[in-house]
Amino acid sequence: MDTTPVPRDIPLPFPAGQVELEAAIVLLFLVHILFVNLMVGGSLLCVIYEIAGLIDRRWDALARAVSETITVNKSMAVVLGVAPLLAINVLYTVHFYSANALTGTAWLMIVPLVATAFLIAYAHKYSWDALSEHKGLHIAIGLAGTGLLLGVPFIFLANVNLMLFPERWTDVQGFASALLLPNVFPRFLHFLVASLGVSGLVFAGWFSRQRFDGEVLESFDRPALRSHFASVAFGASALQFVAGPLVLLTLPAHGLSWALVFNVGLAASLALGALHFLWQETRRPEPTLGRRYWLAVGLLTGTVIFMAYARHLYREDALEPHQRRMAEVTENYTLAVQGAQMRLAAGTPRVAAGEPGAVPGEKFYKTLCAACHAVDTRLVGPSLAEVAPDYQADPESMVAWIKAPQKRRPDYPEMPALSMPEDEYAKVARYAVALGLGQDPASLTPP
Amino acid sequence: MDFPIFHIDFFGNRMLIAVIAVVHVFINHSLAVGAMPLVAALEWWGHRTGDKAWDGLAYRILFVCFVVTTTFGALTGVGIWLSTSLVNPYAIGSLIRVFFWAWLAEWAVFVLEVVFIMLYFLTWKRMKGALKGRHVAIGGALAAFSWLTMAIITAILGFMMAPGSWVESRSFLSGVFNPIYLPQLAFRTPTAMLAAGLFALFLAFFFTRQDAELRRRAIRGLSAWVLVWLPLAAGGALWYRAVVPAWMWDNLPVAMTTQDLTRWQGLMGWTLLAAVAVAGIVALWGLAAPRTLPRFALILPFFGCLLLLGSFERVREFIRKPYVIAEYMYANGIRVDDYPLLAEEGILAHATYVSTRQVTEDNGVEAGREVFRIACTRCHTTTGVNGLTTRLEQMYGPDPWNRDTVKAYVLGMHNARPFMPPFPGTDREAGALADYLLHLQQNRDPLFGAQTVGVAVGPAPDGAGESAPAGAEGSEG
Repeated sequence: MDTTPVPRDIPLPFPAGQVELEAAIVLLFLVHILFVNLMVGGSLLCVIYEIAGLIDRRWDALARAVSETITVNKSMAVVLGVAPLLAINVLYTVHFYSANALTGTAWLMIVPLVATAFLIAYAHKYSWDALSEHKGLHIAIGLAGTGLLLGVPFIFLANVNLMLFPERWTDVQGFASALLLPNVFPRFLHFLVASLGVSGLVFAGWFSRQRFDGEVLESFDRPALRSHFASVAFGASALQFVAGPLVLLTLPAHGLSWALVFNVGLAASLALGALHFLWQETRRPEPTLGRRYWLAVGLLTGTVIFMAYARHLYREDALEPHQRRMAEVTENYTLAVQGAQMRLAAGTPRVAAGEPGAVPGEKFYKTLCAACHAVDTRLVGPSLAEVAPDYQADPESMVAWIKAPQKRRPDYPEMPALSMPEDEYAKVARYAVALGLGQDPASLTPP
Repeated sequence: MDFPIFHIDFFGNRMLIAVIAVVHVFINHSLAVGAMPLVAALEWWGHRTGDKAWDGLAYRILFVCFVVTTTFGALTGVGIWLSTSLVNPYAIGSLIRVFFWAWLAEWAVFVLEVVFIMLYFLTWKRMKGALKGRHVAIGGALAAFSWLTMAIITAILGFMMAPGSWVESRSFLSGVFNPIYLPQLAFRTPTAMLAAGLFALFLAFFFTRQDAELRRRAIRGLSAWVLVWLPLAAGGALWYRAVVPAWMWDNLPVAMTTQDLTRWQGLMGWTLLAAVAVAGIVALWGLAAPRTLPRFALILPFFGCLLLLGSFERVREFIRKPYVIAEYMYANGIRVDDYPLLAEEGILAHATYVSTRQVTEDNGVEAGREVFRIACTRCHTTTGVNGLTTRLEQMYGPDPWNRDTVKAYVLGMHNARPFMPPFPGTDREAGALADYLLHLQQNRDPLFGAQTVGVAVGPAPDGAGESAPAGAEGSEG
């Protein structure tokens, strides 16, 4: 049996064209992930440098300079994440929200985990001098923040992975099992290496810019910084040639296409060019240093754009058959809704066998009266058997009471006034009185 | 609601959103929207008078605001997205399709707000002397962006209460300029300023411990700020009150407290009034005789203000019931338009994530549990907060309930309790729900959400709609 759920989509039109939304999601996500990479890569490099600083003080100064960037990049990462979140909510509403619900506890934990990681980042940055005599503690603070920042991406990766595989939704029981679907760990490795690569690349420019006059320059000169970060970028980019194929090979086949392979190949060849220039940057003497930097930046920008597009192709191809089935279900449902509304307006709704409505007064008696009044026992209000004798002579005299009840019995709460279509009151009254007198309401003859 | 159903069975789903949203409003109103103009004003005053003390106080207030807003402020904002998409994906998914451009515009302003708060805070010590005037201007821009983000989001909050002509026209602008928008903004703006003033007084308690002279001047200045905004906030509240649809006021007693505590409504009203009075008295005293104002008096009004903000959001959330988007979608995530079809064919027949799609003679409890999941769990738990066993026990007592009575209540509850949506399914499904509730009274089984136990996709119903053999529920009625 096919257990793939095929739910309905939200029956409201997209607020913008499909292509514009797709372009928005690809490009805005790239800007977001750039700052996420800088935040995570920066945190990781920061603790590594601070630990190295225990042996050689110069690295401590570099660690401190890097820590100043983390708190800025982390704010940008969060705020820039909102737009791609909006776009994914619109384009893949059902798939994304379904994955969120299936990993709900972890999904919510993002809020306290990230907020805590950010507070720790501030504590780390602002306690540098205060804890200079307690380096172990200070490094532990840095490690705690970095650890949190490394853990949170698993939650996002489990979600964007799970949303692509509706056929696996019925297998998943919580975040841990979503984590075990193929591809989450390879994608994490890919992300981690990218974070180091992006950080190395950006820091190579940032810390060797002409106007930079931080304390770092007292311990490292500009070329040394440039060359160091270029080698970080080089090493990470080279590692991607292992992590990337691992991701590609563990992707389930249903979203793979030659168009995707072509884009990935194009991205990889641009990255090869970038590797060449980064390698030169690590080895150049002072006067020519930096000339190849922008070439490497340009080529790697091209790489990530083609990679992001390839990722989008995979998502579209993987979801297309399921989206088509969903559109069909949604369309059928919408037609059925309209049909039922028309029948209701015409006064001819379908009543299934055994549903109330056949006996006059039954429907409104059951929805309005029966919650508080039973035939012969006290509920919220008195039993029908108790009140019916008052109306035996003229059942319709109960109508005035239904419309405007007062407080009559001291040990019962006051009855609320009830409204129903005008021609129903008398039917309900006769129905209720008959029940209270032990008669069968179905046998009443219409007046 | 045709999504895997996330459910928190003790605290309840509404509590989740409420906690995150109220913390966010506290931070947003008192530490951002109101605080940024206040800090910029203090900095400007210090610059104009050449008094370094004002500058120092402004910087310390900004430091607290900066750290809190860029951690818990930002993350609770994201948390509202995350929690609403778990709790009511149909509602938030629909709102995003209508308000995509508003949210995108809000996001663009929000990016500017974040860039400017970092610029403002991180350049405070560097932009001195001739550059100070420019730095104050950055503060002014930051204040404007902070206010704009709130101004945009208020349009959406207003829409959820009264969509106005959108229900017919379905256009973006008719949604934005809903009848509640401007009055609510006119209330929120001065309230945020007021909250920031009270928060700054609260901080002054800590920041002026050593310096009695600075304390005297800070109390005077901040009291004047509070007294300027207090009457404006009251005026905004009255205007806002006047445009809230009449039917919503019927929900007020329950909205202000809880169903169990409606008789405390009067007390709650007096408490809120007292909170306003305390703020006014402390500010008047602070303006007239700052030296004699006891230091602990600086702390009280801020907590009163948090109580006011929290109550305001709780009332706003509650009085729009039974709807989540007024007149379009009920709080259970089911559209008003869906009701006729679901009443004919059943909610189970049209649900994807259910273990069974029809009610039969012997699956009442199982089918009822699925009905409960779909129709009740957005607001109710089984036995926890706002639990159905508690609600029914209040009406029908601790003895075993009668199935027909519970079923009748389910079918008619929206008449007696105007904040409840009508039951969306068939008569047979109401019966199954009653079976489940009776079972729950005896067994009190916890109900796990999709985040814990995953989802089941039951077999397709045989034929369309409910086609159980006629008389399957023959014992009924």
